[in-house]
Amino acid sequence: MSWAGPDNFPATSLADNLDKKLLVILRDGRKLVGTLRSFDQFANVVLERAIERIIVGELYCDLPLGLYIIRGENVVLIGELDVESEELPPHMVCVTPSEIKLAQKAEKDATELKGTMRKRMEFLDLD
Amino acid sequence: MLLPGFAMLFFSYFKELVGKEVTVELKNDLAITGILHSVDQYLNIKLENTRVVDEAKYPHMLSVKNCFIRGSVVRYVQLPPDGVDVDILHDATRREARGA
Repeated sequence: MSWAGPDNFPATSLADNLDKKLLVILRDGRKLVGTLRSFDQFANVVLERAIERIIVGELYCDLPLGLYIIRGENVVLIGELDVESEELPPHMVCVTPSEIKLAQKAEKDATELKGTMRKRMEFLDLD
Repeated sequence: MLLPGFAMLFFSYFKELVGKEVTVELKNDLAITGILHSVDQYLNIKLENTRVVDEAKYPHMLSVKNCFIRGSVVRYVQLPPDGVDVDILHDATRREARGA
């Protein structure tokens, strides 16, 4: 991130997002929400009062994490959460950590099952 | 700026597109449409007025209107058809290739 663009051009900087509540999406698919306290040119980020928002279908759960330092190479996207609008669609249901873990396992099993079925169909080589 | 030759070209090219609407497709298959606000030497992208292409699949992005996208995770940047002056781009590329 350039601090001083040569032609007074709006350089990409996270400085505008300092002390704001942000959504950080990581390469492993995790979604963290927290207050941006610090960053650097590699997009390493310090999030205060971070939570992990786990979403499975219509269910979601927020797990408190505390103070986080995220290594920049894992960052996909940093989004500014608009304070005026709802962070999630209203139909979504907040559940407990154990319930969301069950839902995650169920989702994982379903995709694995789809995967093995597809492999079997490919083996049959139907056209 | 310590940039390899070709990265300079695309950096300059994206600077020309600031203010235009683009769709950025990421390597994790998430696609976001927005106005290009800024770009930097790493081709990190800042978008404004963002909306996700497949909204239902990404409910957590509902209230995100501005975002910073790390350059390393971009797969494609889809541009408006009239956003590209192909001749100028051609010339710039030939010049870079000659210089490199």
